[in-house]
Amino acid sequence: MTTELKEWPLWEIFIRSKQGLEHKHCGSLHAADARQALEMARDVYTRRQEGVSIWVLPSAAITASNPDEKGELFDPAADKIYRHPTFYEIPDEVGHM
Amino acid sequence: MSAAIDYLLHLADNALVLGQRNAEWCGHGPILEEDIALSNVSLDLIGQARMLYQLVATLKGGDATEDKLAYFRDTGEFRNYTLLELPHHGPLSGYAHSSLDYGTTIVRNFLYSALMALLWEALAKSNNTDLAAIAAKSLKEVRYHLRHSRDWLVRLGDGTDESHVRVQASLDHLMPYTQEFWAHSPAEAAAVKDGIAVDLNTLKADWDAIVDAALEEATLQRPKAGGYVPEGKNGVHSEHLGFLLAEMQSLARAHPNGVW
Amino acid sequence: MYTQSFNVPDAPGGKAVAPVPSKEDPALQAAFDTRIDADGRIEPQDWMPDAYRKTLVRQISQHAHSEIVGMLPEGNWISRAPSLKRKAILIAKVQDEGGHGLYLYSAAETLGTSRDQMLEGLHSGRAKYSSIFNYPTLTWADVGVIGWLVDGAAIMNQIPLCRCSYGPYARAMVRVCKEESFHQRQGYEALLVMMTGTAEQKAMVQDAVNRFWWKCLAMFGPPDADSPNSVQGMRWGIKRISNDDLRQKFVDATVPQAKVLGVTLPDPDLKWNEERQHYDYGQIDWNEFWETVNGNGPCNKERLATRVKAHNDGQWVRDAALAHANKQKARSIKEAA
Repeated sequence: MTTELKEWPLWEIFIRSKQGLEHKHCGSLHAADARQALEMARDVYTRRQEGVSIWVLPSAAITASNPDEKGELFDPAADKIYRHPTFYEIPDEVGHM
Repeated sequence: MSAAIDYLLHLADNALVLGQRNAEWCGHGPILEEDIALSNVSLDLIGQARMLYQLVATLKGGDATEDKLAYFRDTGEFRNYTLLELPHHGPLSGYAHSSLDYGTTIVRNFLYSALMALLWEALAKSNNTDLAAIAAKSLKEVRYHLRHSRDWLVRLGDGTDESHVRVQASLDHLMPYTQEFWAHSPAEAAAVKDGIAVDLNTLKADWDAIVDAALEEATLQRPKAGGYVPEGKNGVHSEHLGFLLAEMQSLARAHPNGVW
Repeated sequence: MYTQSFNVPDAPGGKAVAPVPSKEDPALQAAFDTRIDADGRIEPQDWMPDAYRKTLVRQISQHAHSEIVGMLPEGNWISRAPSLKRKAILIAKVQDEGGHGLYLYSAAETLGTSRDQMLEGLHSGRAKYSSIFNYPTLTWADVGVIGWLVDGAAIMNQIPLCRCSYGPYARAMVRVCKEESFHQRQGYEALLVMMTGTAEQKAMVQDAVNRFWWKCLAMFGPPDADSPNSVQGMRWGIKRISNDDLRQKFVDATVPQAKVLGVTLPDPDLKWNEERQHYDYGQIDWNEFWETVNGNGPCNKERLATRVKAHNDGQWVRDAALAHANKQKARSIKEAA
């Protein structure tokens, strides 16, 4: 156990705005532990009925992709236009497909 | 009718006085997140007070309004528990001042919320259907207040050596005031007889269990209750309520014909 | 929510801004400039010039400090609110300001500066915050006027910031602006009701308007001619509209509102200019503005000391929560072992 007292850790907050929708990142806050982070997220981020469910995650636990690698990570998808339905021409008489 | 009014005023005054006290933290909390949390507790309590005063005003008829009841009654007419009017610090005379102490705030919120979590649940079955509806709404709110204050009680009790000592002192200071919960009051007895209220002594064992479990987790010692039994609910208060009301009512009373 | 388009430097010294060192590579700089010029967004992990980072930390933290200090003048009236409805509204409003401060501190933290570092800057007196909160709230009408005029001025400032180039700041501003319109409307409505009341109440409203009007005009910051940093801020997309343009917009929007309310604005030079299609207004006392920004206004010392006291008095509470969390963690590790 560390005896050094410092700033409370940072947490990332995800809120489900209504049943059936995904949790979306909405911001962050400081809390001593996960339970407290949940309670504080309720008080800070759902004052106007913004949510029906909350996830909290220590900010330090996030691994993010490197912006320098954006080219190799994401550009190769750009020319795969055949993945999109609009790539294909279908005669009008077929109707919606 | 009058039994209902007296009892509803007791519930309303409890909510207003504690809401007023908790709002003193707005802008001064130990951390920003906690300012926001305590403001929510205050807003719930003031909301409860408003619903109850509105119900009283309807029963009384005439020119009674929620604001007349809140702003134009004097100390002796308030029916709140003495526990709820005390300042956020240890024992001091009425005109003495000290810094806000979070331990006092948390212990008080815990002791009161533990009671109200049980009482609102019971009152949700009151034969006064208006009160039952208010109780059902307030029950959800108080369950969160109990969770918030209980979690903090455990953190402070089982936190640092300093926080343990401080919160134990708050508990020693406030616990004797809870004797009033179980003491007889004519208004309560009349309301129980009419089926509006419930006899609090039927809830005492459950309250003790909630308190004891939390204190054990918080590594705190339950002080023996004893000595003077406060009588705020009968209109006999501490020196502190006069100051609280003087401040709260000053503007409304300076402009009795004002519209806000 | 309040901001002052401050281009006001913080006092030197300390470590209020802890820049993450970035190599000033011409290629990276060029890519950054291209993105800014295309009105693109910068995200926390993207390369950014040190000066951009420093300016953002300063601007966002000043903005956050303004929210937190801004809780005090209005909080001053919570205990005395004249009706239970107004009490609840005011608590909710002051609470929102706390929330806005929190969103903004979080946005600034994505730039590599901790909230503790920013608070240290505030508490030491180095970091600035909006000048408006260094004036006292003397009557209940001040609460309404702060909502109407101060929040109104702040909204003018903040709506363009929803499109600012730094993603986390822009997103915080979107959230803030959504909540902010409640603030201005509740203030204006409270004043409207008071203006239907007694002669004393009407006088109270007019007096509050008289005391706050000029301070609100100054909130937009120094004239464009005296704001050399503004140009850089505009170039970086972290300032969208100039101080003078925002001020003019505010005056033009407010004059008709004052008329509906039935109050006068304390400026003999205030009149419609047909040629400009704007209201002309008189001279702002910039000496007073700078005195107040630099710590010598009527309430600077009280505001700052109150924040410092709350922080210091709360230390044992924060320590306890962290100590308890650490004990719990140690226990669960022990149990697992």
